[in-house]
Amino acid sequence: MDNHTIAHTEEHHVSLPQHRHHFETEEQQREAATFGMWLFLLTEIMFFGGLFMAYLLYRNWYYDAFVAASNTLNIGLGAVNTAVLIGSGFAMALAVWAAEVRKKGLLVIFLIITTLLGTVFLGVKYVEYKEKFELRHVPGANFDISRFVNPPADARDQQHLAPDMAHKTEIYFSLYFAMTGMHALHMIIGIGLLIWLTIRAQRGAFSSGYVAPIENFGLYWHFVDIVWLFLFPLLYLINIHPMH
Amino acid sequence: MSTILSLPDQRTATLPKKNYLNNEHGILSWLLTGDHKRIAILYLISITFFFFIGGAFAGLIRLELLTPQPDLVASDTYNKFFTMHGIIMIFLFLVPSVPATLGNFLIPIMLGARDLAFPKINLLSWYLYIIGGTLTLTALVLGGVDTGWTFTTPLSTHYLNTHVVTAATAIFIAGFSSIFTGLNFIVTIHRMRAPGMSWFRMPLFVWANYAASLLMVLGTPVLAIAIVLVALERTIGIGIFDPTKGGDPLLFQHLFWFYSHPAVYIMILPGMGVISEVISTFSRKRIFGYTAVAFSSVAIAVFGFFVWAHHMFIMGVSNYSALVFSLLTMLVAVPSAIKTFNWSATLYKGSLTFETPMLYAFGFIGLFTIGGLTGVFLGSLGMDIHLTETYFIVAHFHFVMVGGMLMAFLAGIHFWWPKMTGRMYPESLSKLAAVVTFIGFILTFMPQFILGYLGMPRRYHAYPPEFQVLNVLSTAGATVLGVGYMLPMLYLAWSLKYGAIAGDNPWQATGLEWQITSPPPTENFHEIPIVDYEAYDYERLEKMKKHEVTTVG
Amino acid sequence: MGISPVLWQFLIKWLHASALFPAEASTIAPYADALYFFLLLMTLVGTVIVAILLVTFSIRYRAEKNPVATQIEGSTLLEATWTIIPLAIFLVVFVWGALLYFRIYNPPANAMNIYIVGKQWMWKAEHPGGQHEINALHVPMGRPVQLTMISQDVFHSFSIPDFRVKREVIPGRYTTVWFNATTPGTYHIFCTQYCGTLHSGMIGEVTVMTPADYEKWTQDSTSGMSLAQNGERIFASMGCNACHNGTAAARGPNLAGVYGSKLQLTDGSQILVDDAYLREAILSPSQHVTAGFAPIMPTYQGQISEEGLIDLVEYLKNLNSNYRVQQTLNTSQSNATAPDTAPGVKP
Repeated sequence: MDNHTIAHTEEHHVSLPQHRHHFETEEQQREAATFGMWLFLLTEIMFFGGLFMAYLLYRNWYYDAFVAASNTLNIGLGAVNTAVLIGSGFAMALAVWAAEVRKKGLLVIFLIITTLLGTVFLGVKYVEYKEKFELRHVPGANFDISRFVNPPADARDQQHLAPDMAHKTEIYFSLYFAMTGMHALHMIIGIGLLIWLTIRAQRGAFSSGYVAPIENFGLYWHFVDIVWLFLFPLLYLINIHPMH
Repeated sequence: MSTILSLPDQRTATLPKKNYLNNEHGILSWLLTGDHKRIAILYLISITFFFFIGGAFAGLIRLELLTPQPDLVASDTYNKFFTMHGIIMIFLFLVPSVPATLGNFLIPIMLGARDLAFPKINLLSWYLYIIGGTLTLTALVLGGVDTGWTFTTPLSTHYLNTHVVTAATAIFIAGFSSIFTGLNFIVTIHRMRAPGMSWFRMPLFVWANYAASLLMVLGTPVLAIAIVLVALERTIGIGIFDPTKGGDPLLFQHLFWFYSHPAVYIMILPGMGVISEVISTFSRKRIFGYTAVAFSSVAIAVFGFFVWAHHMFIMGVSNYSALVFSLLTMLVAVPSAIKTFNWSATLYKGSLTFETPMLYAFGFIGLFTIGGLTGVFLGSLGMDIHLTETYFIVAHFHFVMVGGMLMAFLAGIHFWWPKMTGRMYPESLSKLAAVVTFIGFILTFMPQFILGYLGMPRRYHAYPPEFQVLNVLSTAGATVLGVGYMLPMLYLAWSLKYGAIAGDNPWQATGLEWQITSPPPTENFHEIPIVDYEAYDYERLEKMKKHEVTTVG
Repeated sequence: MGISPVLWQFLIKWLHASALFPAEASTIAPYADALYFFLLLMTLVGTVIVAILLVTFSIRYRAEKNPVATQIEGSTLLEATWTIIPLAIFLVVFVWGALLYFRIYNPPANAMNIYIVGKQWMWKAEHPGGQHEINALHVPMGRPVQLTMISQDVFHSFSIPDFRVKREVIPGRYTTVWFNATTPGTYHIFCTQYCGTLHSGMIGEVTVMTPADYEKWTQDSTSGMSLAQNGERIFASMGCNACHNGTAAARGPNLAGVYGSKLQLTDGSQILVDDAYLREAILSPSQHVTAGFAPIMPTYQGQISEEGLIDLVEYLKNLNSNYRVQQTLNTSQSNATAPDTAPGVKP
């Protein structure tokens, strides 16, 4: 003789359709989801942490190569990307607000803006990567150090590197591609999730009190943003204004 | 109102009509399930499958080592044997063993919850495990990998032609399986305990899995990035570990061992949790020093993060480094000692019976004590110089992992088999298997300590003839050990159809899992219990048996 | 060591004769074995204590004899006891092990040096006098011998179990280990770091000889040029003497007597000129540039083998004057003209 699960009638709010029955209350479900997302972000910090450790080591060993290689990056584009990402973070925060105040139209608009800005970021990254390919600064068999040994007249950094130090720029670019590549991968996944969330938002899934997915995605998006805020100075801004 | 219901006499026990096993039918109801109990069974079947593949490789290794000459297989093949043995046993068996099977099954029930926090992620975790396992088998079928499970660079990046990237990808994916399991456990334990269940009323099994989950969640991502970098170096040639390009192969060692040392604690902590439950039940007593045992689990997890370079003492780390890591290694050994003494003290003034789980638990305590103390040999800098990279290391980690962890896993399987299946296994056969396993184990791995001190290196295909006698002893033991592992497969399968009906609480144990039917209903509890008592409250159990209130399920 | 040396010898010989224990063939071996026996004793005592507890409690408190269990919460005193005592023992082991480690990895000042190059799947030993061995190592007894080791490819590990010494052999940097062999005979050399297909074939023999026999062996096995002589040849043929000629206007620092000194670098720091520094300076010269010099030295990465580097290092170790350097300069091929540079600064 089985008893079936009885909905808890002492709760004040109506059970939402998204309520999962293994949770006793929506409060519990919401808190669990947020906690889970924070934990996941912690794992992401450990993941990127390995790369930051490698960066720390090699920048210490091969500082001159890192300076020269960093100076070949386009700071303008990097700054644009930083602004774009911060903007998309702001849009995302507005989207979370819109979901909380149950304004479906605004939510969808802000999600779209976030997605667009994220795509702009990726577009700029594509431009930068393309330039690296053309200059043969991609690590591997094709790597070319001639611009470091003999900087061309239009290069920002006119410092000549000895050939053995110039070879170490390949380490810098390995880290550059690994770190920004991993970051871009997380952006692409994020944009995929954004599109899915936007579609569901348009259908009204998040404008009647169930905001957890928007909030938790917001956490993820802000995290990806923060990773970039570390990558930008570490990769683009090494010794921009040398101290004399 | 007490929510603990029937404790019927086992002799008249019947299987519940509706339970998680027969609640839904059809293969899709299993492959798309969100029920933590079904996922646990899926894992149990999968890891058993991989255990036997890994075990087959072990058999082949020991077979080759019967003679000093490399005469059974070619050297490259032998190298693939120990690589695949290591990868499969560590990533596809030991890491998920207790957490993914027993942890998945029991943690929600032990906490008084209906399921884990994220059932879909739980299922995803199993699928990731299957994908990782399949990729590993793919690497095997395509020709195998011979890097050793440790993927040492530059060997793995520049000097081998085997399917390194496939194997690395497999481990990367399996790693995410582990991360999601740990994440699920942590959130569940923090957020879904039943009303009244404070942290210090949780069973110690939960504490142990919690500590292991911390390690899973924080450590595995570092392995992931190490593997990604190896794959990039192999495919594109980025040079990050290549000394000719300015890279440092020692960087890989640091990144690899930063995970792989906590990994060994991921593997052992859940087993220690099992032992706490078993010792308590079969002494009919609360665990001596509950708080100490609980905190020691967390202490092992925390300290475990700070000792990784003890795998690198002879690799040219600085003297200062070596001192710090050796000291911390000594510190991490202490909580394990605390646990061992607490378990032993639990027996004092208990009322002991020696069913199979208890036999395995005793085996664990004895063998883990030896294995753990030999770890102290290795943590001691000067001693490590002579012992590292020899069979002493092989003996040490097999003592803790096989003599320890695998015995704990078997203890847990036997202990909770009645709960998961509703059936009892044949007791005399299971006791025999436990004893055979214990004897086989000692015969296999004790000689390896001696071989290690004599200097026989690990991963050797051929060896000087004077080492043969000890190798033959070891292989003989392995045969006995193999028999010991085959027996449970046979009688546990037999018990599914022919075993005695278990009833709700065949062991008369405390714990919420023993207050529900065997097998449990899908929703675990008809009503969420209110927990206003401590864990291992045998006095309460006695009182309840006296005032039997039955609403038979 | 508190135990009569005679008794110790007897014990070790008896153990070794049983084929269950390695020989003690170096000065450090008895120290390692002493720690080992202590650890064995610790393990035995620990295991026996646990076993006694388990067995006696199992007998005394089995269900038939003790049907009612007594619930005991715990005991802070006991917790403290079995925390502090194991910790104390482990700390003793830590200190003892650390002391042994420093003994094994810090060679005495008068150690003779032999170079080891490991490659898949053989060991090459290079004696300073020019003797070359493959998978073999001849050493005199009673003298400290330091091995300076490097790998040409992957990680290897050089192990002589009977001496109780072992060290990883790594590509890209030197590692060292030393020993003082006490008993003539042959002992195993193993590679103990998995290195590919023939990892278990990368074995050899170290032959310990009396000083007289060793002398005779060095005479008989010399291949002509010593390492330093070979290094001198490389120094000239690769054009090193063009810049490092020891004159006042030289483009490169004076190298005579530089080994063992403390060098001032361009970034203000100081560095000890040892084997590792010399090797790195040849392969990555712009990383540590001597103060007062421009970073113009080309890199020789990929152009010199590890053996060649060893020859150069040996040469520079013994270089006391620039007389022969300047001689060879006049007769060598390199004739690069010198750009304007700062005057050479003596280190």
